[in-house]
Amino acid sequence: MTKGPLDGVRILDFTWAWAGPYGTLLLAMLGAEVIKVESRRRLDHTRLRSLMAGPTLTSPDHAVVFNDLNIGKLGLALNLSQPKAVEIAKRVARISDVVTQNMRPGVMDRLGLGYDDFKAVKPDIIMLSSSAVGATGPERTYSGYAPTFAALGGHSYISGNPEGHPLPISGAVDLRVGTTSAFAILAALYYRARTGKGQHIDLSSTEAVSALIGHVFMDYSMNSRVQARAGNRDQIMAPHSCYRCLGKYKWVAIAVASEEEWDALRNVVGDSRLADERFADAHSRWQNQEDLDQIIGEWTSSRSQEEVAQALQKVGVAATPVLDGPALSRDAQIHARGILKRVQHPAIGERLTLGPPWSFSRTPARADRPAPLLGQHNQYVLGELLGMSNEEIEKLIAEEVVY
Amino acid sequence: MAETALDGVKVLEYCQMISGPYCGKLLADLGAEVIKVEEPQLGDGARRRGPFLDDVPHPEKSGLFLYLNTNKLGITLNLRTTSGRHIFQRLAEQADILIEDRPPGEMAKLGLDYDSLSAVNPGLIFTSITPYGQTGPYRDYKSYHLNLYHATGLSSFVYVPRQAEPDSPPVVAGGQVGDYDGGLTAAVAALAALWVRLTTGEGQYIDISKFEALLAMERVEICRFANQPDAPPWKGMVGGLVPCQDGHVVVTPAQNHQWQALMKLMGNPAWAQEEDCRDEFARAQHRDEIQQRLEEWMAQHPKEEIYSEGQRVGLPVGPVRTVAEIANWQQARQRGFFAPLDHPQAGRLEYPSAAYKMSETPWRGERAAPLLGEHNEQVYCCRLGYSREELARMAAAGII
Repeated sequence: MTKGPLDGVRILDFTWAWAGPYGTLLLAMLGAEVIKVESRRRLDHTRLRSLMAGPTLTSPDHAVVFNDLNIGKLGLALNLSQPKAVEIAKRVARISDVVTQNMRPGVMDRLGLGYDDFKAVKPDIIMLSSSAVGATGPERTYSGYAPTFAALGGHSYISGNPEGHPLPISGAVDLRVGTTSAFAILAALYYRARTGKGQHIDLSSTEAVSALIGHVFMDYSMNSRVQARAGNRDQIMAPHSCYRCLGKYKWVAIAVASEEEWDALRNVVGDSRLADERFADAHSRWQNQEDLDQIIGEWTSSRSQEEVAQALQKVGVAATPVLDGPALSRDAQIHARGILKRVQHPAIGERLTLGPPWSFSRTPARADRPAPLLGQHNQYVLGELLGMSNEEIEKLIAEEVVY
Repeated sequence: MAETALDGVKVLEYCQMISGPYCGKLLADLGAEVIKVEEPQLGDGARRRGPFLDDVPHPEKSGLFLYLNTNKLGITLNLRTTSGRHIFQRLAEQADILIEDRPPGEMAKLGLDYDSLSAVNPGLIFTSITPYGQTGPYRDYKSYHLNLYHATGLSSFVYVPRQAEPDSPPVVAGGQVGDYDGGLTAAVAALAALWVRLTTGEGQYIDISKFEALLAMERVEICRFANQPDAPPWKGMVGGLVPCQDGHVVVTPAQNHQWQALMKLMGNPAWAQEEDCRDEFARAQHRDEIQQRLEEWMAQHPKEEIYSEGQRVGLPVGPVRTVAEIANWQQARQRGFFAPLDHPQAGRLEYPSAAYKMSETPWRGERAAPLLGEHNEQVYCCRLGYSREELARMAAAGII
């Protein structure tokens, strides 16, 4: 079997919810061995509920959201309220490269599992701590979830229709934070390979949101401007919107950036009104975009999404169907690229999961193993990696240290 | 001076606008030497897109370009000339990572595709970033941010209920975030490939599809619908985005103790003792009534008070903030999230830095974005050994 890029890297993972586990999921897809620590006493709450799918009504091992966010990891059940469990965690850290956690700042330190504790047993350990607003500063103990990060980080305010509410951006925010974490960890791994030094990474989820809309901050920095919500409109391009198509709630997104694209669009639509002076150049089109949208909308409304998109793409105009979940499951590009993978899960059964977001020519990333059942790999970690006897492990289970 | 995480890593960037340049910036900000190749005279398209300093369009004063190109070296090079292509190949011979964002097939036409360049530099990590990737029926489709955001379903996934707008189209998120997503995703791949290369010495080709990078950001929803295309909508928890006295707040009482915190914040109202509020199942069933009570209370309180008082009692809550409020936020200021950089034309400005504070290898706040061709002499003369006379001749010939 071909090895993934991070083959041989071991990660001890204390994260839960969405953002933290997604960061280590990316590293697991890249081939790292990720050992996820949970316990019956403190389950990752995606085993119990999610904002999107509601409470899980069967067992924690049946939770599909948990599965989708923890593909390919190993499960170790440790009850960290027990000192013995803390000692075991440190023993695993001693043979690991990276530790990750996203509890409220201070919690891991109180458990005896802070960066200094890990560094004492593994001097070159890399530890990533991810939190709502960072591990320093006056608000460091504050908590949050994806939609509060989007609100605090400035993304909600600029998203939505001008006359409506800001958008409560949610799931994607956590996954952006997770991707940012994976990047920082990889940079620290490279640095360690070159210098032998580990380090601590303090990641603010709210700052991760702000960094991904950086130029909006530049407008404030340069011009003291607070950009407003603009719906589907662009600051320069027009047409730049969603247009109604045949069918219920069917839309097509069309964006035009150049004169060449405009001429191509005009030819396909074939409406003489588009030759008006009102639309003669990019600036006029932007000024008169309500009229422009009206005319284009008349043309699209009697056609299917696919018909409009194909006719315009053929002449080099950016037009795409606006899709939702059900429509995406039939998307031709998704099928042709084979990015949905089948995974066999012992409790859930066969499930389609989204593959890695990169294609490597030499060291492919993978998503072919399910998420772990709670404590599924206790034996491997405690027995094989730490060399404990079966009696020792049985005793730890009886004492609810391994729990 | 502190060491940087990616000290010694050499990156060649042939990209414009947001995705590719953001990938290059992430690497440059952690210490990689990123040489950005731009078209002579014109430069990166981001130079012609605002926001501009004082709203005066100027290629050196675009906030978009300035933000996305910090800590890079900038050279001009015309790849439509034979000499230009030859020079590009020499630069690629010396690079660890190449990032390019041309439409599929275009680098091959220039004789600068992975096969050609890996023949002269087997260790090269060749990263291509395109809207749909190098294969598949949409590979040649043109797509801007608006298109990709809507085509990936991202505009349809609204987890936290808001006021219904049944007959208006879905809305793209602000700030072209999906283009940044493509760059961030590519940067993760480039570093993973760099890690492998430490042990094997071998480079490889990386195909990044922005479409797939965006899909990845809604992984949970994509998986849900892939397995159950007719998945029913979840009515949602109480809270979410709520209007308040002077704006909006987002309240997320996802767990029971957080619901208790919300009730504490609201002064433990009598209705909270009723059966309807017993547990999350009951609350979900009676969401509309409870939500209305919540909104009535929030309408009488300002967002910053709800934030600080709510957090004090353990409620995950955040005010919807403007960039101005964030730029003046004590938390961000004390963490040094905004870094001042001097630029010869745009002057001294504050830039968002990075979300990660690395204890050994800080974010590099060394250099603002390069002027167009600013480092031609440094790269062409010092690195490749051209004389200044040759440089002048190449400039006259439209090569650089």
